[in-house]
Amino acid sequence: MAKLRGTGISAVNYPTGMNLGGDPSQALIHATTSGSFVVSLSSADLGQGLRTVVGQIAAEVLGVAADEIVVDMADTDTGPHCMGTFASRATHRVGNAVRIAALEARDALMDVAAIELDAPVDRLVTDGQGNVLVASDPGRCMRVAEVAANAQFTYGRTISGRGSYMKPKSPVDPETGAMDPDSTEAHACTVAEVEVDTETGQVRVLSIRSAYEVGRQVNPALVRGQIVGGAFMGMSHALYETTEPYYPNDDHKPKDFSEYLMPGPAELPEIDCVVLEEPSSNGPFGVKGVGEMTANAPIPAIVNAIYHACGVHIDDLPVTPEKILRGLEARAAAE
Amino acid sequence: MASVVVSFELNGRPAEVLARPMTTLQSVLRNQLGFTATKEGCRQGGCGSCTVLVDGEPMPSCLLPIEDVAGRRVTTLEGITPIDGLSPVQQAFLDGNGFQCGYCTPGMEMLATALLERNPSPGRDEIVEALGGNICRCTGYQPIVDAIEAAAGAASTGER
Repeated sequence: MAKLRGTGISAVNYPTGMNLGGDPSQALIHATTSGSFVVSLSSADLGQGLRTVVGQIAAEVLGVAADEIVVDMADTDTGPHCMGTFASRATHRVGNAVRIAALEARDALMDVAAIELDAPVDRLVTDGQGNVLVASDPGRCMRVAEVAANAQFTYGRTISGRGSYMKPKSPVDPETGAMDPDSTEAHACTVAEVEVDTETGQVRVLSIRSAYEVGRQVNPALVRGQIVGGAFMGMSHALYETTEPYYPNDDHKPKDFSEYLMPGPAELPEIDCVVLEEPSSNGPFGVKGVGEMTANAPIPAIVNAIYHACGVHIDDLPVTPEKILRGLEARAAAE
Repeated sequence: MASVVVSFELNGRPAEVLARPMTTLQSVLRNQLGFTATKEGCRQGGCGSCTVLVDGEPMPSCLLPIEDVAGRRVTTLEGITPIDGLSPVQQAFLDGNGFQCGYCTPGMEMLATALLERNPSPGRDEIVEALGGNICRCTGYQPIVDAIEAAAGAASTGER
């Protein structure tokens, strides 16, 4: 009986968004009289940081600080249409819609600024700090807030924009089966180290280290949050979680939250990652999705590491101690 | 059973509620008194999202009948949040991105506050041990453990 260590590797190629009869998201933006901007969405932030990220995207386009953007979201009674937060699509789809809406609002802003600054629209720039200025003569400058207020009180105009981004429906070719299901693909490679106790069948994950290629990162701290949290959840799916444990009968199934097996902080392995950026052609500023994929690559990496450690290859999740011990017994019997 | 009047101290102020026996402290805080930081997760003491301090000790408020807190000192997240800004633990969670959806955060922060009160410079193992009853489904715990370490470090070097 021994504690055996092993290392496993896996790679994942993950689609951003999907295409079930067309996949649209829409956004509306308007300036308030104080010069801040409201982004209206029905999209939902699940905690991954969509609110922060779309606010950053709008701020980047409008040339204002991110805290000048108010994101009003998650109400399907009042917000413009969104298909939902799934398939790692939200930053890509909703971000595109917000970017397009912000561009239209920016045009409306610049039309007013051109009158106020007495310069052609194509000579106006923003500085990212909330100012509109004449490119060749930066002394001629106005606060975005002032332009927005004047638009409303002097010219009776709105500073607003509409954005819609849709991945059109792509039919399946009946001859070849070919279709175009996604918009772009992100990639990851994960290496896991495990220790298998051959007496108890227990597996301890020592480390999960990954390289991710996720297109342009709008917010690197949030990307890292997805990767680290996803690695833990992947480990949880690999070794612990199931609503259908293979007990002899259903009476032993978990009935509620307290009986559902999950790892806790004591099972936390070393988790680290590096992130590479290869911009996509169709995401806002080149983004790709980095959501669901983060829980995927750790699973085969852990299963492969277990095989490397003790020669037992399991293709039925979760890898419970019983499955390891049965596998070890089968190996011993075969020798 | 008839309702009873229960008096206790809530975040340094006297509180008095009328509730049926076996109503949980969690329910009273949230539904009667409007202290919504304390979340209801599993209602079984299994997830820690309802953690509050009772006489300084972290407890799952979803398992605590309100009559059991009579005369005791209850502290919720609202009670450790300064009027301006954040407590050192809250600030460390914010700086370290120690949450995503935020549902577990009040419980985690109450637990961390109690831990650092008892042991101002815990080792990583002690932090992990203290967090054992609180579940987070988003972060993978790493940024939470890091944040508590950072809060302890900041306190010991007098940065906050």
